[in-house]
Amino acid sequence: MSILILAEHNNEEVKSSTLNTISAASKLGNEIEVLVIGNNVDNISKEIANYQYVTKVLLLDDQNYEHAIAEKIEPVIVSIADNYSHIFAPATTFGKNVMPRVAVKLDVAQISDVINIESEDTFIRPIYAGNALATVKSNDTKKVITIRPTSFDVIAKEGGSGVIEAINFVSSENYTEFLDREESKSDRPELSTARIVVSGGRGLQSADNFKLISDIADKLNAAIGASRAAVDAGYVSNDYQVGQTGKVVVPDLYIAVGISGAIQHLAGMKESKIIVAINKDEEAPIFNVADYGLSADLFEALPQLSSELDKLNSIEK
Amino acid sequence: MKILVTVKRVIDYNVQVRVKADNSGVEKENVKMSMNPPDENAVEEALRIKEAGKADEIIILSVGEEKCQETIRTALAMGADRGILIKANDDIEPLSVSKIVAKIADNEQPGLILMGKQAIDDDANQTAQMTSALLNWPQATFASKIEIEENTAIVTREIDEGLERIKVKMPFIASCDLRLNEPRYASLPNIMKAKKKPIDIKSVEELGIDVRPRIENIKISEPPTRQKGVMVADVAELVQKLKYEAKVI
Repeated sequence: MSILILAEHNNEEVKSSTLNTISAASKLGNEIEVLVIGNNVDNISKEIANYQYVTKVLLLDDQNYEHAIAEKIEPVIVSIADNYSHIFAPATTFGKNVMPRVAVKLDVAQISDVINIESEDTFIRPIYAGNALATVKSNDTKKVITIRPTSFDVIAKEGGSGVIEAINFVSSENYTEFLDREESKSDRPELSTARIVVSGGRGLQSADNFKLISDIADKLNAAIGASRAAVDAGYVSNDYQVGQTGKVVVPDLYIAVGISGAIQHLAGMKESKIIVAINKDEEAPIFNVADYGLSADLFEALPQLSSELDKLNSIEK
Repeated sequence: MKILVTVKRVIDYNVQVRVKADNSGVEKENVKMSMNPPDENAVEEALRIKEAGKADEIIILSVGEEKCQETIRTALAMGADRGILIKANDDIEPLSVSKIVAKIADNEQPGLILMGKQAIDDDANQTAQMTSALLNWPQATFASKIEIEENTAIVTREIDEGLERIKVKMPFIASCDLRLNEPRYASLPNIMKAKKKPIDIKSVEELGIDVRPRIENIKISEPPTRQKGVMVADVAELVQKLKYEAKVI
């Protein structure tokens, strides 16, 4: 059983999602080959060749592949797919963009967002934004799978001794042209991967009051989130939304402030390791999932929290 | 130009989904069903493109059981022109749906196909990409802005790192993000008018597409439930607990 993994990188560094995906593959087989497609990615291929479990790196290094255009990557994978029983990619916007194309060209179903591997053909994946878990068995000869990175540990970056093999591919005409990319340059961590998330809900009452949330987030080096109600009310833009219709986050600490805990919000954060809820309404459903609940007026509690965090920081310094 | 928009009938996003006791699926009896949220954004975007004079007809396509007509009617009430329902089993897989969409695109020759980026029931996020590959049309997934030009379009995509802009040749397929627009509500007169708009109903067998499932659902189970935690008296206690008990700050 040989597994192909599509590496995610930005031509300069390997994305951690690649390490999680290799980790997932290691549960199934010991022939793990990683496909690196990009421009000037010699170093990337060398780095990955050293990773734990990696037996081979396939390298396609060409300026044509500078930007991860799904229509260009898919035919490369399809051209070598015969050699593998499983093809894995991370379930990030990168992997999600490419893999369904590979699946349909091979005429197999894709299994998306796998969180657990039961056997070579049976996998567990969340459905209904994690409100249910589906154990599914693929009856296709080849399995095309995306892996939810946060569900698998990262592998060691050394210990492997993969061989590097350059491959060639002649691409056909393409109708998609990359223009530019605007990476969020916030000093704060990215919402979907942040270790701490502080989220505000309708209880904040205004866009202005979200300052109270950002103040706490600054002190904890946290990302800022919001409930759909807060987004709908126009307090913050939709890219802050945590929930079934927004982002699913799994931080070590999730602080929900003035959020009642609608089902659709819980779906986006209830896998967090520690959940704190601050809400005036003692009966709010958010308290049912919170490890620590504080029934208090957020307009009093947040300034207090801010000064308690200051004290803590000054003790440490 | 015609625009083809796909819509899916799903359990409403405000409903608490319950797993059936026999682990065969989730409870759908007597549960409110609605249009998949990002599909509403797809319908809205099509309407805006038409209102800007860049399209003349909006066709709504749904694949599923008879009741999907209601979902198509919702889109017609928002302002779309006609509907197509391909009757199929409710749990038809994205692979099969993409083959159906590609077939309808062959028949209708739209200049643009708009889809929701993901359905909130199976959370697969596959159909648009698969359809793009089948038709060999460019794909613009997770679109949060679509600017139609002469024979091309510039699409802003929501990616994990931020935003990306691509330029695609028409015809192309976009999968719509919730940030794309704010879907309108149907007005009462438009709801009345929508009742007279045509919906063409066909079965999947008539299309001659193999839709046999490739994936078996072994079981559908409840996710592990969280233990309810403790209530703290004040902020000071909260910070102490986070620091020394949970050790997360």
